Amino acid sequence: MKERKIISVTVLNEHGVLSRIAGLFAGRGYNIESLTVAPILDTNFSRFTIVTKGNTKVLEQIVKQLYKLIPTYKVIDNKEVVEKEMALVKIPLDMNLSGLDALLQGYNGTVANSGENYIVLLVADDSKRINNFLKAIKKYNPIEIVRSGSVALEIE
Amino acid sequence: MELTGSQMVIEALKREGVKTAFGYPGGAIMNVYDEIYKQDFFEHILTRHEQAAVHAADGYARATGEVGVAFVTSGPGFTNAVTGLATAYMDSIPIVVISGQVPITMIGTDAFQEVDAVGISRPCTKHNFLVKNVNELATILKEAFYIAKSGRPGPVHVDIPKDVTAQIGKFEYPETISIPTYKPTYKGNTKQIKKAVDAMRHADRPIFYLGGGIILSESSDLVRELVSFTQIPAVETLMARGSLRHDDPLLLGMLGMHGSYAANMAMSEADLIIALGPRFDDRVTGKLSEFAKHAKIIHVDIDPSSIGKIVRVDYPIVGDLKNVLTQMLPIAKEKIDSSKYENWRELLNRYNQIHPLGYEDNGKNIKPQWVIEKTGEIVGEKAVISTDVGQHQMWTAQFYPFSYPRQFITSGGLGTMGFGFPAAIGAKKGKEDKIVINFSGDGSIMMNIQELMTAVESKIPVINIILNNNFLGMVRQWQTFFYDKRYSSTDLSMQPDFVMLSQSFGAKGYRVETKEDFEKALKEAIESNVITIIDVVVDRLENVLPMVPAGGTLYNMMLEYKD
Repeated sequence: MKERKIISVTVLNEHGVLSRIAGLFAGRGYNIESLTVAPILDTNFSRFTIVTKGNTKVLEQIVKQLYKLIPTYKVIDNKEVVEKEMALVKIPLDMNLSGLDALLQGYNGTVANSGENYIVLLVADDSKRINNFLKAIKKYNPIEIVRSGSVALEIE
Repeated sequence: MELTGSQMVIEALKREGVKTAFGYPGGAIMNVYDEIYKQDFFEHILTRHEQAAVHAADGYARATGEVGVAFVTSGPGFTNAVTGLATAYMDSIPIVVISGQVPITMIGTDAFQEVDAVGISRPCTKHNFLVKNVNELATILKEAFYIAKSGRPGPVHVDIPKDVTAQIGKFEYPETISIPTYKPTYKGNTKQIKKAVDAMRHADRPIFYLGGGIILSESSDLVRELVSFTQIPAVETLMARGSLRHDDPLLLGMLGMHGSYAANMAMSEADLIIALGPRFDDRVTGKLSEFAKHAKIIHVDIDPSSIGKIVRVDYPIVGDLKNVLTQMLPIAKEKIDSSKYENWRELLNRYNQIHPLGYEDNGKNIKPQWVIEKTGEIVGEKAVISTDVGQHQMWTAQFYPFSYPRQFITSGGLGTMGFGFPAAIGAKKGKEDKIVINFSGDGSIMMNIQELMTAVESKIPVINIILNNNFLGMVRQWQTFFYDKRYSSTDLSMQPDFVMLSQSFGAKGYRVETKEDFEKALKEAIESNVITIIDVVVDRLENVLPMVPAGGTLYNMMLEYKD
């Protein structure tokens, strides 16, 4: 049974650390659904948020192998988290946009930018709800969609 | 203190107490070699190939327990060293490999002899560094040695651009070091240890499954004490040979693909497996769903990722084996009654009597196993033994009478042909009072034969015994068993004259076709103390038995092969 898991990894922000982590997943045949990384303010650490899939044994190994890397300071898994990812959607203005407002409201979305020919919508939510939003937005014939990886913060 | 990067490298080695280093110079590492030339506190052995330099450092580390050191240049110098790094990584051997790199200003320009060395070494080292600032070099070297030998040991690679080796910077070598992100667990959890001892007390058919961690953590004495007190029988992995004495009545031999009948049956019928520092390699477990089916498992390892990686574990204990055993012994002595396992011991002894390890000596050809037994008889504890990879390696593991840890040096995890000879050179530098013998095959020996020059030039008297069957024997054996005898690319009848070849390097060569000649040659080689090859013509079609075919079950061993 494959299960989805969010892992947060705090690592030293040093040369090659991204490729250590990416290489670990590639070399051992683990799955990366998404990966987000940014430095942690006022420290020399970075925080990775990795979304992965696997059976219990594989997920356990992923956590242990991540922890085994020398620059790894902390690995957080199995905690309750609030998770958000973001999507940007470009919609052409030459069509009927009735109902778009209600849809945006339903997902706490905003208009990030509007131009002469198109508008860019922004939605930030958990992965499942982003999926639903992207399904619903299809009827407005989006020109382009970009989607970020997840960020997650434990809430205990 | 202000030093150039190159001087810092030398100074760091001095602080680490390095007495011998191995290597091969080239453009990007020349500044360092210039400083090697000027110093005299450590000896530099020039090998004839970078792979051999790393294997020699590895052999030195395996024989002594100290960190082995090798130098190579950038590009091809480094890529040649990769097999050595991967070999050391798989067997958790502490070495530090220092490579030259093109100057920082040229990195990324596809410069002459440029390769992304840290990119390549990342998956086959415990850790690696690219030095970008000469002021960080001292700390990086200190960390490299510390990481290599602490926790679960392993190879560390330090890549130094040529301009960094020339730049002047501050040299402050830390006495001790602490890396906030790297804190191996040394002490075992007392509760877990108590639970494990309880499991041992309640078990009817317990077995010690001894792994390479015993050698790495120097806990052979404690293991011997625990085994002898509890009277629980034991099996050893390839990497653990020598942790118990070969003649220990409780030792059932090696387990796994070419393990003894009693050892493999013990694992299959046990109700408790006490795993001390092994890693449940596929060559040991065979088919996982059938492995130790009736047993609960205690697993002690310093690397948490080793525990539960292959099999589910009932009593995980993370910690340094030496500490864990020190904690475990008094509890075991208080709680365990060794008479409880008497029936079990008897059963296993019976298994040993039904199918002992052996071979048929037909008196016609020399049997490879005989050569190993005879060598053991003649030199025994006086020799440190290395091997290459293949049939001769398994026969050595089966038939040589190992008596102490670090006596057996072999590439277990990676199975690197060409490892044995340079590793023997390294081992001899580390253990000059020992006779060092490398058992090899006619396939393996050709993979680093150029090291004859290193040994002759640096006067390192290693004895190579080639068990020559004119075959790439282990692959040939698989072809016999599983490929209808289609001997694809395994017939090695085309060979050099090893006697003349030895002579051309200034070494001594023997060609041996009778048992008498073998004894004579070996004794002469030991007495003459010169670098020697003894080329022994052995039975061409001898097979390594017992055998558990890959993916087979341990209790279904092939005990004989009838044509």
